[in-house]
Amino acid sequence: MRYEAPKTLEQAIALLAGANGRARVLAGGTDLVIQMRSGRAEPELLVDIKGIPELRSLAAEAGGYRVGAAVTCMELIEHAAFAKAWPGIIDGVKYIGSIQVKGRATMGGNLCNASPAADSVPALIAAGAIACIAGPKGRREAPVEEVVTGPGKTTLAGGELVLSFLLPRRQPRSGDAYLRFTPRSEMDIAVVGAGVNLTLGAKGVCSAARVSLGAVAARALLVPEAAAALLGSKVDAAALERLAAAASAACRPIDDKRGTKEFRIKVAGVMARRAAAIALERARGQN
Amino acid sequence: MSRNHVSATVNGDQVEFLCETGQTLLDALRDELRLTGTKEGCGTGDCGACSVMVDGRLVCSCLMLAVEAEGKAIETVEGMAKGEKLHPLQKKFIEHAALQCGICTPGFLIAARALLERNPDPTESEVRFWLAGNLCRCTGYQKIVEAVLDAGREMRGA
Repeated sequence: MRYEAPKTLEQAIALLAGANGRARVLAGGTDLVIQMRSGRAEPELLVDIKGIPELRSLAAEAGGYRVGAAVTCMELIEHAAFAKAWPGIIDGVKYIGSIQVKGRATMGGNLCNASPAADSVPALIAAGAIACIAGPKGRREAPVEEVVTGPGKTTLAGGELVLSFLLPRRQPRSGDAYLRFTPRSEMDIAVVGAGVNLTLGAKGVCSAARVSLGAVAARALLVPEAAAALLGSKVDAAALERLAAAASAACRPIDDKRGTKEFRIKVAGVMARRAAAIALERARGQN
Repeated sequence: MSRNHVSATVNGDQVEFLCETGQTLLDALRDELRLTGTKEGCGTGDCGACSVMVDGRLVCSCLMLAVEAEGKAIETVEGMAKGEKLHPLQKKFIEHAALQCGICTPGFLIAARALLERNPDPTESEVRFWLAGNLCRCTGYQKIVEAVLDAGREMRGA
């Protein structure tokens, strides 16, 4: 196995494209190193992308933020302005492993590892984040919800990698939140995750909403039916009940040691409702 | 298999070593540099026994490849005491009997120091959340948390 740490994107793409699918991108390594040690991943080439400045930068852009795919979770958490604008993404990022893991783990890796239970992914989907992807044929953009197709599987073509996430300009009176259910509050894997991002009009009526669920299907879901339950409402108890019902109805979960299908379906509604209540509170606080 | 040449600093000392691409920083510290203070617990980033600092960041050395350490500043438990003078955390761990078998202790010490450097006056809850990635199968954590809080008090002269 060979290790390369290219300093430019062009070099990284050339390395990935020239490896006939036998290369893996190394960002924080918190999933990949474990997979290599257990024999689940046996790459011939590791392309460490942390030396490429574009992938390590977190900067304001077009009134929003562009977050490099290899920015670590701890760097995001410590970025006060970003955390204030997107507290729901920070909710998700904070759930990713321990402080030690967050010191290395990245949102790009969390997305591309393609676990249905990835904690930052529903938050990014709810936020309307756009993934910027580069490969041998140039650059393209894709909504985050279109990157993962199933456990361990993405729409990235050979030689492609995720460069960054673009978070749109925040509208006034907007708030987001991510919640998950786990038996242990830290160091656990989501049984169900729910991200909600909403905007209130001047009279407190919900004018925009996005809802995403994790760990209840083969990939994180965008649930427009759940968002529709909030639109035009004051996010009152009745709207939250409709949201919960729509969230539960969207679930296509598996049974596993973490939870049964029935449990996940029920809890997805509860998590979505509670996340919406937190997002509402944050939106009201952001006049 | 080709071996990679790495130069870095460990506890302020310039070091050079050769490593396999798949070799973790933990294995390089222990097997190449013979710094066996850093322990392997789970090898999957769950237990924190292998905690070290890399360029000022608390990380699990079992989840980082040694080859990634090129040019980095690494700090391990071997650098905590200054000669015979123990770090306040080390003293308080002994005073509070915050260890039994000792396998988790280097990781707890490194992680606790990282906390106190960022937050000299943490609440008990903050200590518990910060140390959630460090497992101890002996003490039940209470004495560890007390030792960290007490070390914090001593370090800030309270």
